[in-house]
Amino acid sequence: MTVEPVLELKNVSAGYGRIQVLRDISLKAFPGEIVCMIGANGAGKSTTLMTICNVVKADRGDILYRGNRINGIKFSKLPPMGLCQVPEGRRIFPRLTVRENLELGAFFRKDSARVQEDLDMVFDFFPILRERANQKGGTLSGGEQQMLAIGRALMSRPRVLLLDEPSLGLAPLLVGQIFNKITEINRQEGTTILLVEQNANVALKVSRRGYVLETGNVVMEDNVKNLLQNPDIRKAYLGE
Amino acid sequence: MTRGSSKAWIALGVGLVWFYLILWPLMGITPEGLRFIPSLVVWLKVAAAAFVLVSLHQLRTAGALEFIGKPTTAAWTEIRKIYKKVPVRVWISVVFFLALVFPLTTGRYEKDVAINVMIYICLGLGLNIVIGLAGLLDLGYIAFYGVGAYTYALLSVHFQLSFWLCLPVAALFAAVSGCIIGYPTLRMRGDYLAIVTLGFGEIVRLILNNWMSLTNGPNGILGIQPPGLYWPGFSGGLTLEYIWLKKLNYLYYVILALAVFTIIAVHRLNYSRIGRAWEAIREDETAAELMGVNTFTLKLLAYAMGAVFGGLAGAFFAARMRFVSPESFTFLESAMVLSMVILGGMGSIPGVILGALALIALPEAFRGFELYRMLAFGGAMVLMMIFRPSGFWPAKRMGQRSEERG
Repeated sequence: MTVEPVLELKNVSAGYGRIQVLRDISLKAFPGEIVCMIGANGAGKSTTLMTICNVVKADRGDILYRGNRINGIKFSKLPPMGLCQVPEGRRIFPRLTVRENLELGAFFRKDSARVQEDLDMVFDFFPILRERANQKGGTLSGGEQQMLAIGRALMSRPRVLLLDEPSLGLAPLLVGQIFNKITEINRQEGTTILLVEQNANVALKVSRRGYVLETGNVVMEDNVKNLLQNPDIRKAYLGE
Repeated sequence: MTRGSSKAWIALGVGLVWFYLILWPLMGITPEGLRFIPSLVVWLKVAAAAFVLVSLHQLRTAGALEFIGKPTTAAWTEIRKIYKKVPVRVWISVVFFLALVFPLTTGRYEKDVAINVMIYICLGLGLNIVIGLAGLLDLGYIAFYGVGAYTYALLSVHFQLSFWLCLPVAALFAAVSGCIIGYPTLRMRGDYLAIVTLGFGEIVRLILNNWMSLTNGPNGILGIQPPGLYWPGFSGGLTLEYIWLKKLNYLYYVILALAVFTIIAVHRLNYSRIGRAWEAIREDETAAELMGVNTFTLKLLAYAMGAVFGGLAGAFFAARMRFVSPESFTFLESAMVLSMVILGGMGSIPGVILGALALIALPEAFRGFELYRMLAFGGAMVLMMIFRPSGFWPAKRMGQRSEERG
């Protein structure tokens, strides 16, 4: 029996104006797995996520979410469908309190009782956020802000979570903590996670499958075990 | 002088030289030839004042003024303590009570100024939604004030409709025009939006100025009815008679009611889900949209809501002046309202009220210095940006809830 991918990109090309960034990208994410996309600066990792969310328009190709084509859907319509992105650089709301930041993640939801439950769930998940609930988002440390950004996305009860460089600007110890939480989310909630990372080492450790992006092309696609043993990958991305 | 103070004196010297270099061309070049005495006199006065101020500052940093400073700070903290002890409700009631009895104790002129202040409070609070909450810089806000004013003016003159009926109509028209202006412009951000709104503000004024058949152009519209009211009369049994609220006292209470309504409405919006979303848009539009906030609709809503309060204030303005002309809706007015919001503190309701008071009532109080008004204005703005960059009464945390206070 074959499992249908929950999110699929079929030969997607996209770019900014005349500059083409993504060339015929195809990738799949199956329900309940963590997939990572690694690659160097400017390889098109973030653009891929932005294209999925239609912040950047796909010039060609299909983006399928649960079997439906979602090209051209306004990106504010995606979280209600269960597709939520944690954008690069966290982008929390600095002058809103932590609690308000989280509540905004559930902005489109009308079931306030459940939202309250989910708020508690996020607070249990990241206890530091409960401590800082009434503090302004901008006063948090980098790691805490990343937790807040992830927590905010969780508030929308996503089926698929798109994570853009969660390790950006964090100390190695914190990176470990964040990735532990990511695996925990995946296990507990069964959330499919598409992870974009420069830090290939950690990304490959937590994922099941991986895609390697080079100048807008998927150059390799395999399960993590094979990728970790591939001498090219070891040389280019794992620093050996 | 004291140690480490030479820097301040050098700065003073440089500043004074620079000041004279600006001052002399302004005052010294006259049709009769070059003059030095008048500019030197002014310069000497300013230099003396600056010298005294810098000396005071030097004494203060040296600690020589502590015998004054210490008791003042102590008294100030005491006052703050007492202020904190009294619940906010009490303060609001006190202010409201004062506003209620104000027209009973003052003359015509004071009431006139107070009415003006309250019109601007409504305008400022409306603009505050657009700028303070949603973070959209709108330089053409006065257009909605104009739309409200002309809506009531035309309905009153041509159809003799009552003020109370026209009030919601004016608000509706302003909101619709807000949507019409907002729909094409709100795709833009930041400076671009500011310029486009500036243009739209001027377009509205030009339409009012040139559509002779409808608006009577620059001559304006005369003969607008003041608000009316059914009032129980006792001559020959109990009857209801219709009276025109022409007297300033009545008008004062009408605008007071409007201002209170605006304050309550803006306060409620501030703390609502929508208010939260507006703030998110102000903080980071893309992130807000990624979280499922429909930024375009909400920005349009902010624009329309802001316009509603502008329209209400406009309708009242027309009813109070009983005459409208395009001259009242120039860019300068937009700039005035904008300065109130910024001076008072963006997003803060008491701040905007203070800003309106400062910008409308203070110039009245200093009528003698009218010539220097713009100079004082500019100076005040510069000082504000240095000492209180977030306004007289900055918003503590917009959308803060009760359990977080104190």
